[in-house]
Amino acid sequence: MGQNLHTRIADIFNEPGCDKNVAKEEKARKKGCSKPLTPGAAAGGCAFDGAKIALQPITDVVHLVHGPLACEGNGWDNRHASSSGPMLYRSGFTTDMTEMDIVMGSGEKRLYRAIKEAISKHNPPAVFVYATCVPALIGDDIDAVCRHASEKLGTPCIPVNAPGFVGSKNLGNKLAGEALLDHVIGTHEPGAMAPNSVNILGEYNLSGELWQIKPLLDALGINLHASITGDARYHLVASSHRAQVNMMVCSTALINVARKMQERYGIPYFEGSFYGISDTSEALRQLATLLVGTGTDAGLIARTEALIAAEEARAWARIAPYRARLRGKRVLLYTGGVKSWSVVSALQEIGMEIVSTSVRKSTDNDKLKIKELMGGDAHMVDSIPPREMYATLKRGDADIMLSGGRTQFVALKARTPWLDINQERHNAYAGYDGMVDLVHALDRAISNPVWSDLRRPAPWDDAPSLSLAAE
Amino acid sequence: MAEIMHGRKALSSNPLKSSAPLGASLAYLGMAGSVPLLHGSQGCTSFALTLAVRHFKEAIPMQTTAMDEIATILGGPSNLEEALLNLTKRMKPSFIGIASTALVETRGEDIVGALKLIVAARPELQGVKIVYASAPDYDGAMEDGWSKATAAIVEALVEPAEGAAAASPFVNLLPGVNQTPADIEELVELIESFGLGVVVLPDISGSLDGVVPDAYTATTFGGTTVQQVAGMSRALHTIAIGEHMRRPAEILRDRFGVAGTLFPTLTGLEPNDRLISLLIALSGRPAPARLRRQRSQLVDAMLDGHFHFGGRRVAIAADPDQLYGLSMVFGGMGAEIVTAVSSTSQSPLLARVPAAQVVVGDLSDFEDLAAAAGAELLVTNSHGRQAAERLGLPHLRVGFPIFDRLGTAHRRLVGYRGTRDFIFDVANIVLANLPHHHPEDFARIPGEEAHDGHAVAATH
Ligand code: SF4
Repeated sequence: MGQNLHTRIADIFNEPGCDKNVAKEEKARKKGCSKPLTPGAAAGGCAFDGAKIALQPITDVVHLVHGPLACEGNGWDNRHASSSGPMLYRSGFTTDMTEMDIVMGSGEKRLYRAIKEAISKHNPPAVFVYATCVPALIGDDIDAVCRHASEKLGTPCIPVNAPGFVGSKNLGNKLAGEALLDHVIGTHEPGAMAPNSVNILGEYNLSGELWQIKPLLDALGINLHASITGDARYHLVASSHRAQVNMMVCSTALINVARKMQERYGIPYFEGSFYGISDTSEALRQLATLLVGTGTDAGLIARTEALIAAEEARAWARIAPYRARLRGKRVLLYTGGVKSWSVVSALQEIGMEIVSTSVRKSTDNDKLKIKELMGGDAHMVDSIPPREMYATLKRGDADIMLSGGRTQFVALKARTPWLDINQERHNAYAGYDGMVDLVHALDRAISNPVWSDLRRPAPWDDAPSLSLAAE
Repeated sequence: MAEIMHGRKALSSNPLKSSAPLGASLAYLGMAGSVPLLHGSQGCTSFALTLAVRHFKEAIPMQTTAMDEIATILGGPSNLEEALLNLTKRMKPSFIGIASTALVETRGEDIVGALKLIVAARPELQGVKIVYASAPDYDGAMEDGWSKATAAIVEALVEPAEGAAAASPFVNLLPGVNQTPADIEELVELIESFGLGVVVLPDISGSLDGVVPDAYTATTFGGTTVQQVAGMSRALHTIAIGEHMRRPAEILRDRFGVAGTLFPTLTGLEPNDRLISLLIALSGRPAPARLRRQRSQLVDAMLDGHFHFGGRRVAIAADPDQLYGLSMVFGGMGAEIVTAVSSTSQSPLLARVPAAQVVVGDLSDFEDLAAAAGAELLVTNSHGRQAAERLGLPHLRVGFPIFDRLGTAHRRLVGYRGTRDFIFDVANIVLANLPHHHPEDFARIPGEEAHDGHAVAATH
């Protein structure tokens, strides 16, 4: 990998669009935002993991992982990013490097042959090639192999230089964005663009959430050109530089892409969320405003307001029956990927009480928003050790925990309702309908009669009784 | 006898195998009060952990030495030391099992030597047993990692037997990575029914069997204790399951004088008969009446079930020992193993798989071969689901990972009862997929050559 990648990482840490960074002193900024990990007390995926997450929803290409087995062998087909068409992205491709490749230094040759085999078997519009730690350590130059293969084989080969050991998942997201900026975005000129075209950045279409949003955009005559990346097609991403507006949904994940697309192509962007009713409305408003600012007729604003009014009324009417059942119920919110504040405001909208929320992956801006929403930071926690989390739940301090799969069993073993709101989840909660679905899901989880049954003492813990026969 | 074919592809599509460090970690999870520690970068642990959680549907302790780029290039054991200290302080384990990964093995380092120095220098680590196994990802698959870790535990923790024999006689049971918690429970019950005690290593039936403990534990909350392992030298005998458990069994025999018997598989009538004979000999007791009844139930299941196996065209993909075990059951009931794909070539059992060929390959090989051979049933882990969808074939999930079905830990495949249940599972899949016959199925113009089809008229 060499100097290139390091310059790149330094650049990312200098990202002016990242609000965490701008607040820092020059010196602190140079050090970067990756906290050094604590050996023996670390959790979370590597940069390669993050890069793959960000790019895999390009559904019609081959995603080829260069490295020994574990990087892809243990991780493929593990998410629910949905596709409306091609299924190629769900296959796992790896060079499965052997000891021989490592000792003999034949990794680059193997990679080239693997690219060739993938193209001849699947004929994809592009091959994305991911570096991992071992080839990076022994100096395999995936950029050169990709350049050579693109030329020789006539299919674009995109090097994604984010070997795991350079840092966290979040850094990997950004490096993936850099790969798109360098090798994909702007490489394809579309014929005619549909009017009012926008891109959405950082939306992976998990469980089909994009499809909860798209009808709203369709109703307003807004054309979703490329989702970068969710249910994405290669040539749409490659021509995404012709869209009018970018919306960035996942906090800081692809901020570098949004900012550089603005710089290079003059595409304005804003940051928004489709979680929660008012956030969804706000996002639609901003989209409309920016579109009008870039030439769309001003009537869009009024049409947007009308749609918002109708959709909000409909959503609240559908939520109403659950409001009474959920009001005052206490939630322990422990999330990583989804912005805490948007979930906080969503839950508050239906009258639930937030016991505490984690802000371990939130930006300063996010934290401010949460503080505002919750009236202080008393309940903001960085991370909760599992032992404490278990104790909290066992004491009954919360009626439900919302978190990701990693902490699922802490809640379940404490016999507490749990709902998955992270990226591995199977349910879609975006937009107005998604919010209604989330409320249904919360109610289903909390009011399931199984909980009272589960909390009954075992017969040997009860006083012995002979009265059973009477029943 | 099967011919073993090695693919010459540079591209592995839809990997069949899970990594060796993951196999080693699972073995370490069979120890009580344990935390597995992967010596490598954080992502390796994260992927392994996520996959293990998807399979077992349990919280699983697993840590990383978090080697970043600089630590890797500079080398040196400081991350390892820091990790041991941190996790000892935070999680208070009584056992830490370390497995290397491709990354640190590529860098090349004397981990064993470094570990000795760390343990000697650090009084905080005195109360913890620390075991190390080299298990790079580029060498073998889950079975290999599991075996290496078990061998490492035996080497490090078994103490030479001194003095009189154990007061109450017991055997060592070395399950392979393919045995579920329910399998282990079944075998323990079986051995105990002969009045023998049993020490299981690794014992995931205590740690990954899906129970709800009354308090939070950061480490595993069941499994083999360090004391139990220490005493394994006093066992009457060792029973090992799967060729990959040969090494730990041999260490027990050669170094500690415990004779052993290796069962390549314990699914099927014949291997279980041999197991019972062994237990009769070891205990000097007759087989309990309950067992006789179980054997009879299995015989009956085979009688009822063989109609649904006979002539079925089955495709199996698995790690070598599991491939062998399953193919013996299918083949033994009259099915035809039309496709056999093994994740690695590292087992002598492969040549004995009852199929014309065993291909060492991935799940895309499996899919292509099964399609070409006209397979009627796919038998492999959950990663085979895409192939099953595309081919429109029923898919029996076996092995690791199984992430899209519940109850995997409680599925029993060994013993008379396990074999009986397995036969019913397979027969039920066949019954659920029986084709309805149409006149065309039988349409051959008398007097002409028959067309070449795979259809086999089912027997109801
Ligand atoms: S940390 Fe490196 S070796 Fe481990 S999974 Fe990530 S890329 Fe692969």
